[in-house]
Amino acid sequence: MDFTLTPEEQAFRDEVRAFLDENLPPEAERTPEFYGTWQKRVREKRWVGFSWPRDVGGGGASIMQQAILKEEMAKRKAPPLGTCFMGLAWVGPAIIEYGTEEQKRRFIPDILDGAYHWCTGYSEPDYGSDLASLQCKAVREGDAYVVNGQKIWTSIAVWSKWIILLVRTSTNPRDKHDGITCLLVPMDSEGITVRPIKNMSGGALFAEVFFDDVRVPVENRLGAEGQGWKVTISALAHERSSIAEVASLMRHLEGLVALARECTRNGRPALHDPSVRRRLARLETRIEAMRTNGLRYLTKQLKGEPLSSETSVNKLQRAALEIEIGDMAVELQGHAGPLTRGASPAKADGHWQHVALAWPEVVIGGGTPNIQRNIIAERILGLPKD
Amino acid sequence: MNFGFTEEQDVLRAEVRKFLDENAPLDEVRKISESAAGHSPEQWRRIAELGWTGLIVPECHGGAGLGAVDLVVLLEETGRTLYPSPLLSTTTAAAALLAAGSDAQRARWLPALAEGAEIGTLAFLEAADRLDAAGVELAGEREADAYVLRGEKCFVPDAGAATLFIVPFRTGPAPEDLALAVVPRGAEGVAAEDFPGMDLTKRIGRLTLDGVRVPADAILGRPGRVWPALARTLDFATAAVTAEAIGAAEGALALTTEYARNRIQFGSPIGRYQAVKHPLAEMYVDIESWKSLCYYAAWALDESPDEAPRYVSMAKAYASEAFARIGIDVIQLHGAVGYTWEFDAHLYLKRSKWVRPMYGDADYHYDRVAALGGL
Repeated sequence: MDFTLTPEEQAFRDEVRAFLDENLPPEAERTPEFYGTWQKRVREKRWVGFSWPRDVGGGGASIMQQAILKEEMAKRKAPPLGTCFMGLAWVGPAIIEYGTEEQKRRFIPDILDGAYHWCTGYSEPDYGSDLASLQCKAVREGDAYVVNGQKIWTSIAVWSKWIILLVRTSTNPRDKHDGITCLLVPMDSEGITVRPIKNMSGGALFAEVFFDDVRVPVENRLGAEGQGWKVTISALAHERSSIAEVASLMRHLEGLVALARECTRNGRPALHDPSVRRRLARLETRIEAMRTNGLRYLTKQLKGEPLSSETSVNKLQRAALEIEIGDMAVELQGHAGPLTRGASPAKADGHWQHVALAWPEVVIGGGTPNIQRNIIAERILGLPKD
Repeated sequence: MNFGFTEEQDVLRAEVRKFLDENAPLDEVRKISESAAGHSPEQWRRIAELGWTGLIVPECHGGAGLGAVDLVVLLEETGRTLYPSPLLSTTTAAAALLAAGSDAQRARWLPALAEGAEIGTLAFLEAADRLDAAGVELAGEREADAYVLRGEKCFVPDAGAATLFIVPFRTGPAPEDLALAVVPRGAEGVAAEDFPGMDLTKRIGRLTLDGVRVPADAILGRPGRVWPALARTLDFATAAVTAEAIGAAEGALALTTEYARNRIQFGSPIGRYQAVKHPLAEMYVDIESWKSLCYYAAWALDESPDEAPRYVSMAKAYASEAFARIGIDVIQLHGAVGYTWEFDAHLYLKRSKWVRPMYGDADYHYDRVAALGGL
């Protein structure tokens, strides 16, 4: 075991630090103008799409450089690198791996620039966890596919310009995964209707999306017909050390400790209560477990071994932490716990109450905890599929 | 950046596993653990020859000169088969000598520990069962250059088998007025025996010191100044217990997973049912997680001592809590057969009961994490 950096890695870390010294003001001093300038500067550094090949406009970074950049950014609580987050997370990587040259030229620069948002049309009303059984249908008619069906739980559909869509092009494949095709569809296409769904926090981040004879040019197909499953879930060479998630959870925990200082139990700060202290220490321990698990994944990646199901470990840890932190913050506030924004006894104007209701976004999206448990049990422990 | 093992460490693991596969499958472990000695003196000689007993002892004193990370590799494997031996205790005694002993003292005792000629143990706890400095009440009375010890140490690992006791005792009223004595079993006034315990593979006992005279050259470090070395030794031992628990828990998970694949009920292997597969997945998540914390703690003990106490405590807190749960789940998932003496499931439950309090349970270590984090 050895955590020292090579001279090149150290030089890169110093470059990042110097950049942050120069370009990143303390959190309280970050104005709306700052955020615009920030995105421009980090784009110039090619830190947006840092892992992507240089010929498409990415940074061509090694796994280790990606980890260093994330770590330094997280330490200084820097804003995200790039704004088109689904484009950067999976649409872009899929286009780079499976797209035509024309598709790369057409989409990748916009994703890097954050010119507009992408949303993701995977889940359907009857097919969520069982995604591969999806039924939204596309029929080839000349130079176009005609899409009919419905997607649901489509986050940020309302303000997205494009959707990456999984459709069924064959109803009778050998394997249900084989009949799926991936299409890139403009959200203003004729026949698309978006109906926002109000979530339990009262916001409307996700929506239902209806497709009624929507014509999608064949040139908008990503990968071959029937290759859609592979296109969307193929292992992307992402650095998966959980650095950003760990940093965000640590920030939540710091806030929770401050809250425990402020709230009282039996007339004394809750932080003096042994059970509160132990719960906080337990949360810290789990976050550190995620961090050190991430270091093991990173090591594996650096050795050139692909990661697969083991990353479900950190997904489960994160899910439990997101739920527990919000829940504890509400519990600490006693009878003010269930009050919300606008109620004066609620601390931080209901911030924690919002946190306590917002966890499903990260806990359910991308595979529920029970799906993650199935993945571990079946793919790692070798138990029979259910 | 490399948070993995070296080729040499992989080789060590393979060698340890080979020896244990050949010599200590669980039926053999049962025989050894049910013997009066609680370990196999014949195998003890052989593992000493393989270098296990002197793993952390410097080469100049006859050991392999390796560190905490290497020890983790060794103990994960001994844990996997619940191997009964005073290896962990002897290594802890060596760690105490390394932390607090003078060159002459190291040269005097470490070679014998490395060779397996002596079985060492740290006799820290007393009846009050406290792990802090104030927990040491056993008084040493000054007599010329020597100290005379009178009292009792409790919960001493491998008390029955040990031939060399490292004994913290009190020299004054301030919490850290402690000194550290090396007491051979043969010294006048020494008596030691094991208690009956749940986990036959792990012995814990009592050490009675009835006016035992400890000469000046058997006092490690300077009286009143020895607590930091002792605290380091406790951290080291804690990490070692946590590492051994990884192997034991993985053994329990493997046993139960195998059972779930083969046991048919309602026309299907029970491992197909989520009520069975999800607890097994949770065990995997927990074991992997305390494993990462334990590896980091061991690395810190070797390379980054300031970070070590916090990570040691996080790893042990996690292990104590999760392994206790695993021990119980393993029995439940087996159904009635898990309750039998004949089937191996209970061996892991009993190990989890031994691991939980050893060098501090989850509450103790969560409290320490809170304190170290400035809460």
